[in-house]
Amino acid sequence: MGLDIRWPIGLMFSLIGVLLLIEGAIGGDKVLSLGININLIWGVVLLVFGVLMLLGAARGRKTPPSA
Amino acid sequence: MQPIHLAWVDYTILIAYVAFVLGIGWVLARYMKTSSDFLTSARSIPTWVTGLAFMAANLGALELVGMAASGAKYGIAQAHFYWVGAIPAMVFLAVFMMPFYYGSKARSVPEYLKMRFNEPVRALNALSFAVMTVFASGISMDALARLLTNLLPWKLDTNVFGINFGSYDIYLWICSGVVLLYVLKGGLTSAIYTEVLQFFMIVLGFAPVVYLGLRDAGGWHSVKNSLQGVATNPSAYYLQPAGIHYAPDAWTSVWKPVLGGPTANPLGVDWFAVVFGLGFVLSFGYWCTNFLVVQRAMAAKNMTAARNTPLVAAIPKMLFPLLVILPGMVAIALASMPSKDYRIPPPIVSQENYAKAIDVVKSSSPTDAAALKSVSDALGVKVSDTKVTQLIAANAANKLSDSQIQEGLYNSIAENDYNSVILSLLKKYCPPGLLGLALTALLASFMSGMAGNVTAFNTIWTYDLYQAYLVRNKSDAHYFWMGKCITVVGIVLSIFCAYVSKQYNNAMDIIQLVFGFVNAPIFATMLLGMFWKRATGVGAFLGLFAGIAGSTVFHAYTTTVSNVDADGHVINHMKGGYLGLVTQFPSEMAQNFWLAIFAFTICFLATVFISLATRRTKTDEQLKGLVYSLTPKTVDHNLPVWQRPPVIGTVLLIACVILNIIFW
Repeated sequence: MGLDIRWPIGLMFSLIGVLLLIEGAIGGDKVLSLGININLIWGVVLLVFGVLMLLGAARGRKTPPSA
Repeated sequence: MQPIHLAWVDYTILIAYVAFVLGIGWVLARYMKTSSDFLTSARSIPTWVTGLAFMAANLGALELVGMAASGAKYGIAQAHFYWVGAIPAMVFLAVFMMPFYYGSKARSVPEYLKMRFNEPVRALNALSFAVMTVFASGISMDALARLLTNLLPWKLDTNVFGINFGSYDIYLWICSGVVLLYVLKGGLTSAIYTEVLQFFMIVLGFAPVVYLGLRDAGGWHSVKNSLQGVATNPSAYYLQPAGIHYAPDAWTSVWKPVLGGPTANPLGVDWFAVVFGLGFVLSFGYWCTNFLVVQRAMAAKNMTAARNTPLVAAIPKMLFPLLVILPGMVAIALASMPSKDYRIPPPIVSQENYAKAIDVVKSSSPTDAAALKSVSDALGVKVSDTKVTQLIAANAANKLSDSQIQEGLYNSIAENDYNSVILSLLKKYCPPGLLGLALTALLASFMSGMAGNVTAFNTIWTYDLYQAYLVRNKSDAHYFWMGKCITVVGIVLSIFCAYVSKQYNNAMDIIQLVFGFVNAPIFATMLLGMFWKRATGVGAFLGLFAGIAGSTVFHAYTTTVSNVDADGHVINHMKGGYLGLVTQFPSEMAQNFWLAIFAFTICFLATVFISLATRRTKTDEQLKGLVYSLTPKTVDHNLPVWQRPPVIGTVLLIACVILNIIFW
């Protein structure tokens, strides 16, 4: 209805993904959980998810909505 | 639990979430033109969105916290709530009931009941649901405010106009305010969109925690082995009183412990109660008639979308035990591994009680037998005798500092606060960043719990109470305005209920009890209404009434074994048995499941007999589209096979059976 939900979802998770990436990159030792830099890895995953959502929304805008 | 330290990145994520939900509300506001747009989304939402919202509306934070708690307490058998309970109910709703809800063009469940039966049935359902949903909203917000108060390190006590406000109040009002804003602007669509957002946050926020927890515990096989030790000796981990032992697979097998009878599983249930009480009456009663979830399916674009909505929801629902129950199981497994230095958090003890207990420790000698009881009384919780004795001895040997004694006392508490399990896992495994995401996911689910309840409440009020009985035949603009007003009222009432919940824990138990009484028989009414054209309005009304009365009577004459003292007197009347004791159940869960079976049967039989004894008030023509035998079968031939609801439903049920077999 009016707003394709994939826009806010895509934006939100792209933003969180970037935030986690930054924290993972510059955080140093305190961001290691069990020795894994989970922020870095998960940040990338979330960013990919967010971008996929945005692509879906952009594509949805090209095809006119069905009646 | 000690407060968790949050970093800038965590706060940023939290603020971003709030900004996004408010933004969604603002953008949607311009599309809200009619009461139908605002209250029912005017049937415009795509299937995948309604499907995820259908599931997320039910996924309150109480479920997230509660399922982890139950995973620790009961193990994988808790998954019955999903695999025996929810999934079959959702498939049944999709294939058999949605055609009537959607095809009748009813705007709500009570409205369907009015079309099928009469006004009294509608009024009974609308009133009980309205009260129920406002209280549910309040309970959700109370839990959120308490969580934030315990979690965030700020002390926000202020004094305005002579009234003292604390952190709890500030958090409650701010969160309620945010929900009010985005629901007032964007209506049901806002609530649905934020529910979908919440769904992704929960999945993406909690999945890494489950992974890290499993990894730390050494993988699934290591967890399974540890849980064998837990199951054979649960009292060592404060799960059960001493002397109780279960088979080694009690925590990792869904069916074998249940088939072994109430004494063989920590839930205390038998298979009949699980299949018919939980699986049939309670689950079908909730998923098929509760307007909170059905409202999301009714918002779908068309009939096929409406029928597929519960099926789309069933797919993630089936896999959710791995996300929400598994962390609890991992937690108790970790607690049983001495090298991990982890225990299920003990209940919170106030600082004054700690101070009293510290004094007792200091003034006791290691040979003092009464000291153990004094420490336990001072703290207000059960303690481990060996650990307290060691602590007193250590203090007698060389004087320990107050904080060391307090730490020793903390480690000796022999009770578990299961509701803190998920938070303790977040604290243990989440670095800043991921922590923000997971906590925001929890916060999001509390808030969308309030939003979902308020959007269901405002629709029921506006259409089923206000328009039906109070002010009829006004313009749509009038009802649109009423919908907005009642949204504000609904939030205020929820806040009031939150304070009641905070003040009187018992009041909330009473409310939950009453909901159970009302929820159990309703499915019988719905079933007979949709599939038996001979069911009459009088029969339905009296049958429903009889069912609710039956629940109350059942509860008044039964209780649990643990609630009866040595002389045969009932200890806590809230748990039943206050009029007499006909039977005692092994556990509260068992009592609930049997109560449901009893209430359903009473309602079913009463409705049938009274319907046969009364005249039909509606002709076959009037009931067309409302009853199975009088409705043309939905044509699915123009859909590809894989999109047809009965086909998808069957596949889902088979998948469910496979899951049951894997964890047999």
